[in-house]
Amino acid sequence: MIEVKNLFKSFEDKDVLKDISTVFEDGKTNLIIGQSGSGKTVLMKNLVGLLEPTKGQVLYDGRDFVQMSKREKVMMRREMGMIFQSAALFDSLSVLENVMFPLDMFSSMTLRERQRRAMDCLDRVNLHGAEEKFPGEISGGMQKRVAIARAIALNPKYLFCDEPNSGLDPKTSLVIDELLQGITREFNMTTIINTHDMNSVMGIGENIIFIYEGRKEWQGVSADIMGSTNERLTDFIFASDLLKDMRKMVIDNGLHIKKS
Amino acid sequence: MFIYKYLTILGRYIMLMRRTFARPERMRMFFKQYVKEMAQLGVNSIGIVLLISFFIGAVICIQMKLNIQSPWMPRWVSGYTTREILLLEFSSSIMCLILAGKVGSNIASELGTMRVTQQIDALDIMGVNSASYLILPKILGMLTIMPFLVIFSSATGILGAYATSYIGQVLPPDDLTAGIQHNFVPWFLWMSIIKSQFFAFIISSVPAFCGYTVEGGSVNVGKASTDAVVSSSVLILFSDVFLTQLLS
Repeated sequence: MIEVKNLFKSFEDKDVLKDISTVFEDGKTNLIIGQSGSGKTVLMKNLVGLLEPTKGQVLYDGRDFVQMSKREKVMMRREMGMIFQSAALFDSLSVLENVMFPLDMFSSMTLRERQRRAMDCLDRVNLHGAEEKFPGEISGGMQKRVAIARAIALNPKYLFCDEPNSGLDPKTSLVIDELLQGITREFNMTTIINTHDMNSVMGIGENIIFIYEGRKEWQGVSADIMGSTNERLTDFIFASDLLKDMRKMVIDNGLHIKKS
Repeated sequence: MFIYKYLTILGRYIMLMRRTFARPERMRMFFKQYVKEMAQLGVNSIGIVLLISFFIGAVICIQMKLNIQSPWMPRWVSGYTTREILLLEFSSSIMCLILAGKVGSNIASELGTMRVTQQIDALDIMGVNSASYLILPKILGMLTIMPFLVIFSSATGILGAYATSYIGQVLPPDDLTAGIQHNFVPWFLWMSIIKSQFFAFIISSVPAFCGYTVEGGSVNVGKASTDAVVSSSVLILFSDVFLTQLLS
């Protein structure tokens, strides 16, 4: 479990995060949503230690990440996997080598075992047959799947995803969402996803945190969104007239969204 | 303000070097990278080093013969001066200036691109010391390969001088040989290698700093690449003055 307590982050005189307190639960897909520039990525960077909070605490199972020694932070990071917006695969390494990289660095497995583990991870993300290709030779969706395979290679306890669906078509986004949710349940990970994608919000959001201008505006589950009275949230989720009309129709007719 | 800015950069460079010279997490991975960098930065530069050295050696020999040689001087003087120029300055300093362009821009753009595409962040998140993993093999690779480049450069420069003698008939080969062998001081070769070690450190660490600390996008990567070449060239020229004075 990750707990954030009274987190503030400022850059020079600009306050980006203002008094954020929340809990990211184990075995669930926790979503951070909000407009561009609302502070989602800054919050995630504070969680993984790429940025240091101006004030506040980030607790991993009760241990403050900010107060940890350098060595403890390194050990903690080995329990984290991260999928970046751009996938951030190593250009000079093949798909298989990318997935093997964390195993090469931190595991005591033999070469054969590392290769087998990497192949298992690639199979898990349905990428069998692409192992010899380089990141530049595969599609954006495949790159994201390789990034997922690399992130889960060491069986992390915490999985962070920064806009995993950006630049992908709706169908591929759905595949990535299902993959992330499946992996979260399978390995009982704490998964935190930064997203703009409303399909993801409604489809896999088990714990949703809405950030507005650096503050936590709303927290709940996807089923609560439809009937939420928080105007900022509903304006953000149902941004277009079409979606607004659909929401009104659903509420007026007392309909429920059925998840497949 | 100007001094404060440069002191800040110097401080950040020193801090990066401190992180760089940490013990690698996995020696197996380090050696893999080390060999790769030696090939990429050093072995792949041999071609341009040989080409430039051959022609510069030839040109120095022609210039010496045309502009220095006179009836009042011994006939070996052209060969002698050619050797001294090649050994003392060209094969170490000028060759490193050329390599600062090739290797420096390569390192800065590679690390800069890795920074802006979040590949360095990915390493940091995994708990890898990204500075040590990426920069240390480059620095040690350059330091290892540089003496070979200096020796190859000097030898090829002398071959170029012989080419003017045998093919161009600029001066008799015997005179050139006499000049090249005249009053040879082995320390000059060592001096050249010692100087090149300092320059190798500059042309690998300064561009690495420029690339590693890039912020922004592709425009900044290009700017970092240019800054890397300019900064390392200027530092090579400055340190050359001190090293020449110190080692002579």
